Amino acid sequence: MPAQPDDPVNDPARNGAGDEPRWSELAAQPPSPERARAVELALRERLPADCVLSREEELRPYECDGLAVFHQRPMLVVLPHTEAQVRDVLLECRRLDVPVVARGAGTGLSGGAMPHAAGVVLSLARFNRILEIDPLARTARVQPGVRNLAVSEAAAPHGLYYAPDPSSQIACTIGGNVAENSGGVHCLKYGLTVHNVLGLRGYTMDGAPVTLGGRALDAPGLDLLALMLGSEGLLLVITEVILKLVPKPALAQVVMASFDDVGKAGDAVAAIIAAGIIPAGLEMMDRKAAAAVEPFVQAGYDLTAEAILLAESDGTPDEVADEVAAMERVLRAAGATAIAVSHSEAERLRYWSGRKNAFPAAGRVSPDYYCMDGTIPRKAIGQVLKAIEQLEHKYQLKCMNVFHAGDGNLHPLILFDANQSGAWQRADAFGADILELCVQLGGTITGEHGVGVEKLNSMCVQFSPAERAAFFAVKRAFDPAGLLNPGKAIPTLARCAEYGKLHVHHGRLPHPELPRF
Amino acid sequence: MQALLRELRERVRHAHESRTPLRLRGAGTKDFYGERCEGQLLELHGYAGVLAYEPAELVLTARCGTRLSEIEALLAAQRQFLAFEPPALGGDPTIGGIVAAGLSGPRRARAGAARDFVLGTLLLGCDGELLHFGGTVMKNVAGFDVSRLLCGSLGILGPVLEVSLKVLPLPPAQQTLRFEMAEGEALAAFNRWAGQPLPLCATAWFDGQAWVRLSGAASAVRASAQQLGGERIESEPAAAFWRSARDQTHPLLSRAASLWRLSLPSTAAPLSLAPPAAQLIEWGGALRWCATDRPAAEMRAIAAAAGGSAMHWRGGASGSRFHPLAPPVLELPRRLKARFDPHGIFNPGRLVAEL
Ligand SMILES: Cc1cc2nc3c(=O)[nH]c(=O)nc-3n(C[C@H](O)[C@H](O)[C@H](O)COP(=O)(O)OP(=O)(O)OC[C@H]3O[C@@H](n4cnc5c(N)ncnc54)[C@H](O)[C@@H]3O)c2cc1C
Repeated sequence: MPAQPDDPVNDPARNGAGDEPRWSELAAQPPSPERARAVELALRERLPADCVLSREEELRPYECDGLAVFHQRPMLVVLPHTEAQVRDVLLECRRLDVPVVARGAGTGLSGGAMPHAAGVVLSLARFNRILEIDPLARTARVQPGVRNLAVSEAAAPHGLYYAPDPSSQIACTIGGNVAENSGGVHCLKYGLTVHNVLGLRGYTMDGAPVTLGGRALDAPGLDLLALMLGSEGLLLVITEVILKLVPKPALAQVVMASFDDVGKAGDAVAAIIAAGIIPAGLEMMDRKAAAAVEPFVQAGYDLTAEAILLAESDGTPDEVADEVAAMERVLRAAGATAIAVSHSEAERLRYWSGRKNAFPAAGRVSPDYYCMDGTIPRKAIGQVLKAIEQLEHKYQLKCMNVFHAGDGNLHPLILFDANQSGAWQRADAFGADILELCVQLGGTITGEHGVGVEKLNSMCVQFSPAERAAFFAVKRAFDPAGLLNPGKAIPTLARCAEYGKLHVHHGRLPHPELPRF
Repeated sequence: MQALLRELRERVRHAHESRTPLRLRGAGTKDFYGERCEGQLLELHGYAGVLAYEPAELVLTARCGTRLSEIEALLAAQRQFLAFEPPALGGDPTIGGIVAAGLSGPRRARAGAARDFVLGTLLLGCDGELLHFGGTVMKNVAGFDVSRLLCGSLGILGPVLEVSLKVLPLPPAQQTLRFEMAEGEALAAFNRWAGQPLPLCATAWFDGQAWVRLSGAASAVRASAQQLGGERIESEPAAAFWRSARDQTHPLLSRAASLWRLSLPSTAAPLSLAPPAAQLIEWGGALRWCATDRPAAEMRAIAAAAGGSAMHWRGGASGSRFHPLAPPVLELPRRLKARFDPHGIFNPGRLVAEL
């Protein structure tokens, strides 16, 4: 990127020459009482009374998202009813130089919706209407605060559903899904959010309306729609989304296979794909995870197995029968010690129940847990799981693994007790080590949960200064003032310098010969 | 290749410093495509070669100059393919050009577009920097998705030097069916069928005949063919038909003096053009090729009214090819362009006259 002051927090024009206040530090600086009052008055003038929350007890529920270690009380929360009100909030905040953080259901796992002490949380909770289901065109036009599962429920009478199904789908919103490019168990075959969004409407921080994509499959000009997916609320406040719906398969069955070694289970994942099969879902659970969830869900997991694979097949009954047989063959050849196939919808759901309830189960066996989200090439699954075992010793913390194996998307759950001094710091360092390892193996620090505030440091490992400057260039094109969810997703040069870890070039560290784990 | 890479970086840096516009070019199969663009030729076809391909990872990474034929042969040997079926357009395009143009073939409505399969890119920035975006894994939300932004950008943000694409296993079975159907009837059927759990991977309509291609597991294809009925087409003529749609050798596409490409909602009603234009319909109704010399303003108005856009693919007088963007819609692309290419050296005007 050309040398421009693309880094909004380090832009002398914005912050006064010389000093470099960071949004991450600013985020915790409360406004002066006069300033808070002035902003509140300005917003109350524009919005109905029920749209502005300012009392401490009203603000508390908005302090954090699903990653509670990062929390901050906002100055104000606004809950607009209409697009015009969203625009007014943005215009007013822009005028007064107030940071704005859009918020869906707050289930994010990277601190993406964490507020600023001197900022406004813009909740889209009231944008909860499904505006239109068009069964013939197979589209749903929805407001961003609609819950993910509600779309599939509304589409079900037409034999259709919305494919991306994050485990949080009963709670998380479509706006949050778009902002994070969320995935789910069925994304291996049916794609991520980016593959299932046709168009959207939103507003820039300057209050300008933006419409991208639509019901046609191509739009002229640059593909800005793709750029919005996974942009973590830094570019637009999304106010409407057009989703693609797909026909419900006639039948789904799941194969459950046990392995006596995580490496073998990892190789089995690669073997299934190599056999030309794209399962509807391909998930893995290690022994610790199975042991944690089994008492909770009684799914009948093999507790002697080092790893369990769940592989789903869907389609016409004949097709499923063929695919299940093929998967059984591959799994056996890969060394599965036991195989079970679901024979009813109830049984299928029971096999999945542990996978879907892994997080609450982690919460049951440990006071706190920290969920990581790196992606690696499938062939490295075994290697990474073994490295994680070593890190358990290094950090004296347990870690269980339940994850989207078919996509190579890991979710190590690091168990810790936040009341123990230093435990969170150890969990944090443990997590950062895992992410660094993912980058070294040619993967990425986040597959679906986003960078948020959580993985800012790890971004320094994955991207070069020029690449990070390019991200700021994109940010600036949409939000020249740098007020929309500032301090998230892209680390500043100064922050990376301070973090001091090396940028891993293209999956290779500068000195690959040195042992690191 | 290192020497060539150095040279490309040097040329771009120099062009940036001296504010010299560049016209990026791969194999030249799309010289006709897009708006007119002047500049010193920057040839990219030499920067070629597959860098990595691991079938079990479903990813292929290649330098931009790598030819489609080489990639397809490599994939076919492992029973895999590029599911977006990039059109060859009568030549052997480079993978860089394919990504830059972002065009997709007959499977687009079901399998996704070129951009849906782009996992990562290496961009040559205007100051000669090499910028990696995305990567080679299936799921990746670290940083903005610049790779997908580059797909279809026609080079206006810079040359894509390398690209990583998701590839898929070839479906084990395929069957094409043909039906005698009027246009409206076919459009209704395409949309209805797409809402049913059928392994429908492409549809087309031309001259009173609807074509449907099923692909997937042998049992599913067999059962669905039975269910749908129609005339079963042998695999060779079927492949030839889909090839002709994909590569634009179909008579309607290759012979029309003036050809319009309308991208519409799949459920848009049959077009009312007077006199009626010969049409090839693809993508379940979402893509309509019209051989007509109706004025541009009329075609654009028809497309816009139906909720889509119209591109003047070929022929006709001068004038812009792509559907024009209203000034407010241009604002964000303009700012992006200004940040990625402040001196406007990359393919000026090729995607949008103003950029
Ligand atoms: C138990 C559990 C399981 C989970 N499982 C999965 C999983 O399987 N797959 C997965 O991908 N994720 C998963 N998640 C993470 C989370 O649910 C997703 O990231 C989800 O998309 C967040 O949606 P939300 O509505 O809660 O967004 P929030 O947490 O409120 O916000 C997330 C980000 O989106 C932005 N945002 C929200 N709404 C808008 C809008 N309208 N316009 C602009 N920006 C907006 C916010 O600013 C923030 O940066 C899980 C979380 C939990 C707690």
